[in-house]
Amino acid sequence: MTTNGNDALIQVQHLGKSFEQLDVLKDITVDIHKGDVVCVIGPSGSGKSTFLRCLNRLEEPTSGKIFFEGVDITDPKTDIDKHRQKMGMVFQQFNLFPHMTIMRNLTIGPMKLQGRSQSEAEAEARKLLERVGLADRAQAYPSQLSGGQKQRIAIVRALCMRPEVMLFDEPTSALDPEMVGEVLNVMRDLARERMTMVVVTHEMGFAREVADRVMFMDGGYFLEENAPAEFFANPKNERLKNFLSKVL
Amino acid sequence: MSEKFRADFYQNFIEDDRWKYIVNGLGNTIKITLFAVLLGIALGFLVAIIRSTFEKTGKLKLLNLLCRVYLTVIRGTPVLIQLLLIYFVVFGSVRIDKSLVAILAFGINSGAYVAEIFRSGIMSIDNGQFEAGRSLGFNYTQTMLYIIMPQAFKNVLPALGNEFIVLLKETSVAGYIAIQDLTKGADIIRSRTYSAFMPLMAAAVIYLVMVMIFTYFVQRLERRLRSSDH
Repeated sequence: MTTNGNDALIQVQHLGKSFEQLDVLKDITVDIHKGDVVCVIGPSGSGKSTFLRCLNRLEEPTSGKIFFEGVDITDPKTDIDKHRQKMGMVFQQFNLFPHMTIMRNLTIGPMKLQGRSQSEAEAEARKLLERVGLADRAQAYPSQLSGGQKQRIAIVRALCMRPEVMLFDEPTSALDPEMVGEVLNVMRDLARERMTMVVVTHEMGFAREVADRVMFMDGGYFLEENAPAEFFANPKNERLKNFLSKVL
Repeated sequence: MSEKFRADFYQNFIEDDRWKYIVNGLGNTIKITLFAVLLGIALGFLVAIIRSTFEKTGKLKLLNLLCRVYLTVIRGTPVLIQLLLIYFVVFGSVRIDKSLVAILAFGINSGAYVAEIFRSGIMSIDNGQFEAGRSLGFNYTQTMLYIIMPQAFKNVLPALGNEFIVLLKETSVAGYIAIQDLTKGADIIRSRTYSAFMPLMAAAVIYLVMVMIFTYFVQRLERRLRSSDH
């Protein structure tokens, strides 16, 4: 196992990712510290989601290194399953398990992977369900929920594993507009509790309000990175200016 | 009319205890089908896992190739020839229970079809399900077991039920290696009594009833597994 002294929770060094002939990520270097809320914005196809999915190796990086808690998780000898337990992920399409009740969706990970008892796992799940206002749906199946409810459950499912960081891959992009708010509220609460979060999003309002840092990605590079106030008020990069003029 | 029917019935089933051909034959048919189904599921499951693991991860290349040869040969040749080859060639010089030969032949044959049914079920599950499982920290095997397989099984249940119906009726060629199954039993009666209608109809009705009972249970299972769709 390779470790290093850097105290960043996630340290990305010269990350590159190619699909066949296409270089999606070219040279990404970034540190994410404990408690950081980082929003990644950028046009479609810029590599935002690929970047996020490389962080827990759902995509295998083609070059560069990623350190998580000081451990090089791009090393093939690393037990990635172990580290993924500490990196919660929320998908655009929710990806709840449709053949299980909500409660089972929330407890199967903690019980099978972390050896927690059913009563312990269910107690914790119930507490989190209450926080997102879905305590009464514990015995429902995913198909009985609205999109916004599904995404809130998906967040809770990741939280039940007690992760060190939460990765959000366009969590509100598949939702009807009136359901976006309820999901963003849950994320806002998480940010307030200083959960480390990396959020790929098109919600500029959310990024401006909640993020500690906003990063703009285009063409496989991070072109600009700043605190949100400065980022949105005073963009320096031409492509970012152009992008913001279209989306704001 | 009813007088003749009664005489026919007596001659075909009661006289010389000929009903025993039907009952014993039915027993053999059920025994062969049951064990062949189990063998077919085991084989098919294994082959499907190997094939879809190769398709998802690129691993198990050699095993995948072996599985493809198995699928091509078994699905490309008649089950009767496979049965005869296993009986006369593979076990040609060994004394072996003929039922066992039939179980092997039909099981190996069915496994090829079951494998493709299972594989189509696995491939039909959205990749997001797989990613969600892996992102929680489940390894490949656990993700397959807890998340993909249960959903895949539910999707393929109708096709699987169909395959077992086909298998049950396919065992009717077991008579070619002198196994007295239901069909052969009925045919023996025909050869003794020179009346074809009654023994063959009796066998046909018994097959039909078995299939109907089986279909009923598959449909009940389907309904139960569907409880999560609303």
